Amino acid sequence: MSRQSRFIYSPDFTRYFFHKEHPFNQQRLILTHELMQSLALISPENVLSPRYATEEELLLIHDQQFIQTVRRQGMEETELPISASYGLGTEDVPIFRNMHEATSLIVGGTLVAVDEVMNARAHHVFNPAGGLHHAFRGRASGFCIYNDCSVAIAYIRKHWNARVLYIDTDAHHGDGVQWAFYDDPNVLTVSLHETGKYLFPGTGNVTERGDGQGYGYSINVPLDAFTEDDSFLEVYQSLIPRIARSFQPDIIVTQNGCDAHTYDPLTHLCCSMRIYQKIPRLAHTLAHELCEGRWVAVGGGGYDIWRVVPRAWTLLWSEMTDQPLTNRPLPEEWLSKWQNYSQVELPTYLFDGENQFPPIPRRKEISEKNRLILEKAALHMPQKI
Amino acid sequence: MRMEQFMRKKVVTVTADTTIQVAFALLKGNRIRHLPVMDGNRLVGIISDRDIRDALPSVLCSHSDDKMVMQKQVHEIMVTDVITAHPLEFLEDAAKTLYEHKVGSLPILENGQLVGIVTESDILYKMIELFGVHHASSHLEVEVDDRYGMLAEVSQVFRDAKVNVASVMMFPHTTEGKKNLIFRVTTMDTRIVTQMLQEKGFQVVDPIRGGQSL
Repeated sequence: MSRQSRFIYSPDFTRYFFHKEHPFNQQRLILTHELMQSLALISPENVLSPRYATEEELLLIHDQQFIQTVRRQGMEETELPISASYGLGTEDVPIFRNMHEATSLIVGGTLVAVDEVMNARAHHVFNPAGGLHHAFRGRASGFCIYNDCSVAIAYIRKHWNARVLYIDTDAHHGDGVQWAFYDDPNVLTVSLHETGKYLFPGTGNVTERGDGQGYGYSINVPLDAFTEDDSFLEVYQSLIPRIARSFQPDIIVTQNGCDAHTYDPLTHLCCSMRIYQKIPRLAHTLAHELCEGRWVAVGGGGYDIWRVVPRAWTLLWSEMTDQPLTNRPLPEEWLSKWQNYSQVELPTYLFDGENQFPPIPRRKEISEKNRLILEKAALHMPQKI
Repeated sequence: MRMEQFMRKKVVTVTADTTIQVAFALLKGNRIRHLPVMDGNRLVGIISDRDIRDALPSVLCSHSDDKMVMQKQVHEIMVTDVITAHPLEFLEDAAKTLYEHKVGSLPILENGQLVGIVTESDILYKMIELFGVHHASSHLEVEVDDRYGMLAEVSQVFRDAKVNVASVMMFPHTTEGKKNLIFRVTTMDTRIVTQMLQEKGFQVVDPIRGGQSL
């Protein structure tokens, strides 16, 4: 087993918990960790504990008043009148006890990942609790309170002055991270997502390219609803290497939301488990080619916590640790334990079946449209230095 | 939205005796397409980049006459029956005026004085803003009967679901007797509100999958 990779994990991550009907449920981390254990992909020496991000670190991105409000709200049982103006106490981000601490631990987890990678103690680190890419400077949004991706990138910029390539393959646009570095030419954000025509947050249009010095350093590829594996991968694999090689990053940060899967209840993309092996594979290759291996991966969206998230993030970890997996039955012990809790029938294999999902009738048009968007997205990307 | 809220107050103008050469340079230098022609405080005409292009010889011809044309004054080519607007007119009135008269800009007059100008680009930009996304939100389209109270009934569902609405648009009948209400709602998970709308008998329009709704 490669000693070069670390997994940030603590059962305390599940304290980031809104309520039991809420689609964002960090129980998926326990499912993932146990699946990796029962596949013998991870051992205790791979695992690092997260720490709490300090207020000073959160301030790299977030406004003081916002942090204060989150902290105060976390001590109250009822909603503070001021909370609504910070996006708290909404349907998407309900209040809960100790919300400041629970989120700070996730942000701190991503900062531990950065420290490991930038201080060359590990090549690659995965914080599956991270990926809270919707949070804004002064406002919680889309299930996210603090933005661990943005804080981590700002932390990299501050302490190492490194050039950061941020790749976001969550089905929702990575808006919080994009706006945080919209005018910064040292941080290139690229987001592949379902078009905002229907889906939250509505932004991520191909014409959002950055501002001022940062023009060309925000790249968006809004994919058509019902995009499937082949078209998704065609776009991803043709665009990302071009961007990475011309930008020449010092470190790659990937946001690995897995809500583009056809099972996901919140989006209209129709991909299968196959893309969750290919996505990290390319990021891994590019990290070695361009950044001496420096790669921080975080989680993100993923709302089918039973059938999608554990398999997808297990595939990510297997890629990160050079333990490539072919299709195989899922371990009996894992299935029998968790089937008791799941409302849906758990998949029995690591990958989805070849013809498991019926093909989308408009596949040709959708692929064609995605190809056109890809060309537009690539128009103003930075030229090789 | 009224003209005075988004008109350009700094207007580049010329006088009737300005040469075409100077006017052309002003258009190019300011990256604009219309120049009101003034006589003191009085608006006497307008010229557009097209008027000037019409006055110039074809690019396919020899340019021996260019100098002569360029020294002519704008009163020879300006349009004198200028279509104008008032600062208190609405955006939608201005859009209609531009569309009906097929003009590209409206000088804004108040008490006969030129106080601003609004162009087709300004109006298009405002429309884009209107349709656009200003808060992180999801799209929700509801088909309702074309009768009174429907917006209120749909809004009641949003209230019950505690879903905040960021913007509303209404498209006139796509099918007879129906109209479509289009909302942007500030939630990432539209499943509950969709279900509540359906339970009330509303048709929620989903993305198109293979030619039919989901």
